[in-house]
Amino acid sequence: MTDTLLTVRNLRVTYPGDDGDFRAVRNVSFSVGRERLGIVGESGSGKSTTGRAIMGLVPPPGRVEADALRLGETDLLKTSERQFRRLRGRRIAMVLQDPKYSLDPVMSVGQQIAETHRTHVRAGQRAARQAALDMLAAVHIRDPERVYNLYPHQVSGGMGQRVMIAMMLIAGPDLLIADEPTSALDVTVQQQVLVILDEMVRSRGMGLILISHNLHLVSAFCDRVLVMYAGQVVETCEASRLGEARHPYTQGLLAALPELGHRRAELPQLRRDPAWLEDIVPA
Amino acid sequence: MSEAITLRAWLLDPAPASRRQARFGRWFRAWLAFRRNGLAVAGLAIVLLLVAVAVFAPLLADRQAATFQDLAQRLQPASWAHPFGTDELGRDIYTRIVFGARITLTIVGLVSLIVVPLGLGIGMPAGYFGGVIDKVLMRITDIFLAFPRLILALAFAAALGPGIENAVIAIALTAWPPYARLARAETLTRRRAEFIEAAQLQGASTARILGTQILPLCLPSVIMRLTLDMAGIILTAAGLGFLGLGAQPPAPEWGAMVSTGRGVLLDQWWVATVPGLAIFITSLGFNLLGDGLRDVSDSRSA
Amino acid sequence: MITLEHVTVSFGSGASRVDAVRDVSFRVEEGAAFGLVGESGSGKSTILRAIAGLIPHATGNVLLAGREVGGRRTPAERKMVQMVFQDPYGSLHPSQTVDQILSMPIAIHKLDRAEARVAQALAEVGLGPQHRFRYPHQLSGGQRQRVAIARALILAPRILLLDEPTSALDVSVQAEILNLLVRLRRELGLTLLMVSHDLAVIAHICERIGVMNRGVLLETTTADDLAAGTVRETYTQQLLRSNSGFDSRSAELDVAS
Repeated sequence: MTDTLLTVRNLRVTYPGDDGDFRAVRNVSFSVGRERLGIVGESGSGKSTTGRAIMGLVPPPGRVEADALRLGETDLLKTSERQFRRLRGRRIAMVLQDPKYSLDPVMSVGQQIAETHRTHVRAGQRAARQAALDMLAAVHIRDPERVYNLYPHQVSGGMGQRVMIAMMLIAGPDLLIADEPTSALDVTVQQQVLVILDEMVRSRGMGLILISHNLHLVSAFCDRVLVMYAGQVVETCEASRLGEARHPYTQGLLAALPELGHRRAELPQLRRDPAWLEDIVPA
Repeated sequence: MSEAITLRAWLLDPAPASRRQARFGRWFRAWLAFRRNGLAVAGLAIVLLLVAVAVFAPLLADRQAATFQDLAQRLQPASWAHPFGTDELGRDIYTRIVFGARITLTIVGLVSLIVVPLGLGIGMPAGYFGGVIDKVLMRITDIFLAFPRLILALAFAAALGPGIENAVIAIALTAWPPYARLARAETLTRRRAEFIEAAQLQGASTARILGTQILPLCLPSVIMRLTLDMAGIILTAAGLGFLGLGAQPPAPEWGAMVSTGRGVLLDQWWVATVPGLAIFITSLGFNLLGDGLRDVSDSRSA
Repeated sequence: MITLEHVTVSFGSGASRVDAVRDVSFRVEEGAAFGLVGESGSGKSTILRAIAGLIPHATGNVLLAGREVGGRRTPAERKMVQMVFQDPYGSLHPSQTVDQILSMPIAIHKLDRAEARVAQALAEVGLGPQHRFRYPHQLSGGQRQRVAIARALILAPRILLLDEPTSALDVSVQAEILNLLVRLRRELGLTLLMVSHDLAVIAHICERIGVMNRGVLLETTTADDLAAGTVRETYTQQLLRSNSGFDSRSAELDVAS
């Protein structure tokens, strides 16, 4: 947490609509160091849009504005689409929910990793292949030689997500954004993928932004948590102390979760206060 | 003005209070989306114009003039008495075009009435049941698809004998296979949907599931396809008329009119050109309309 | 109310035959709530569909209210068992209003007082007349799931099958739907059979819980034992640990590769 990898100050993402602009993300400020930052929120809270804005992947006509959006020394607001393409993978990478949609179906997974390696690093065929095999081994794939030649439809969800992580990390980015990386996986497989993610981030000294709707997961996995509601960050706290959250929205969400061993006749339902929608003016 | 606003509000109400309001609201929203597409609106205007001309033909022209021969007036160029000139038998071309719209519309309507039920009736069961039923129905479809359309229509028309009804049957018999395929494909993507399972669970019969659950989902794409096919149907009908296998003289069928005018095309160009233009504009209108409908449905599903 | 005796469900035949469910037996008493947990491919949803009569079972017996049922059901047998599906987006017909969706089962079974029944079903699930003529795309995920529940209840079934009814919903909406299910069960005396991968959700609704893995019912336990961690199978313990969010001990990294 010594150096800041990403600085976000007053980020705004706006989509023009028929009846006025829709502010998907507003007044969002945070910074990420070499740590694991979680962003939680329900659908429509703007958590995924925040991730996409950082990656420069907000599709037009969406507008991204901010007082500051810096990756290390690079100003992302002044980065052209071409420069962004070089940045992605090399310095900042993203893992999405379903690897099936992120992998090229007509290329073996190993080739895809090797190809990614060669777009960022000058390397020969053989060296790229070796780098890909090493990466597959690093994400605990037991038989990298065999998996290298498999096509995306031949691998299971958990394996696919390991392949995605290998592909995203092969160019050695500083920051990884993982958007619901385990939501499509079975619970026991989720654990394996999370452990691998954790191990990679630690051993490489990377920063990680984990975007998820799962409060338990984020509080157990991350160092710090941002809670988003209606496009804004309503609460920032240490992950281990999420239980002591102060914002009524966070408290309401936690209370609404059914718990093993704590059976209640009725789950307290979240009452949405219109005041939560008001702009939070940055201090 | 205020009444217009309240009508609009009533139509766009997100919480309709009756079945009628819900249905009208749905149509109105589709219309709003459709209206944004200028070319599609132009297409709709052309099609509506065709319908209007057909309906009000007796008001727009004198029925007798369509078949009234005046050999003294043959092959006259355009004039106040004959806005589009006269043909080789001295008949007023404008009148014949106006009454020809009725024939064209009849052909288009009858073909649709045969093709849509036939295509749906074969495609939906094939997609829903799968297995042997699917194989048999689709092989039959393939056989019809294997023949070039115009040639098959020619063969049917020649075998059934010339005449407008037989032309309609011939066109319909060659036009249905793509509809069966389309309906089958739409059904295939839906038959495992959870709302179909829910209907089965409630005890709905297969006929009810096909009729109330699957049919409404197949219809939009079938209608879209039909609109796009209209140009082809009109041209096939005109082609049959041109070859003397469609409507019989003296009926003012546009294709037959082009055919009779071709002998004098160089000297009296209007005799063949005016009905040709009518065919062209009508085909274009249906095509633009179909394109527009497709755009609307694409933007809704995206 | 529900009895399964040595039920096997298979897909395909000959060499390509796959047994999705193997030799499963359990009983659910009238008015009880039984849960099935497991991961994808464990066969839990297949059991639900076999009980519903959507797919036939190969061998064994399925008894509902003491009577054996097969793949073909009488209208009365259909009325007795209804189901709520996982995906509130896929389980409602996209071009029918709520009113049309709820009216169909009434028309199928030729019930009287159609108008009143639709209104009552909506009220039961906490929706009002303002929702009656909306299309599914005009409703939120939670409202859609309420419509799906209303559709299942409109035939007054005695058994309600729930296939991951809240897994596609946000946490706050999930709480609303779970509360609704608890209330409906109490008021209508329903027998519930619920399938989920979420132990906390299933233990909230059900007293008894079966753990499934690869088509086999591994063990049957209670919500209390599950909470206390006194379970027999190592697989169940693994599920329990996974459920707490993230725990590096629970992952055996090389197992699935």
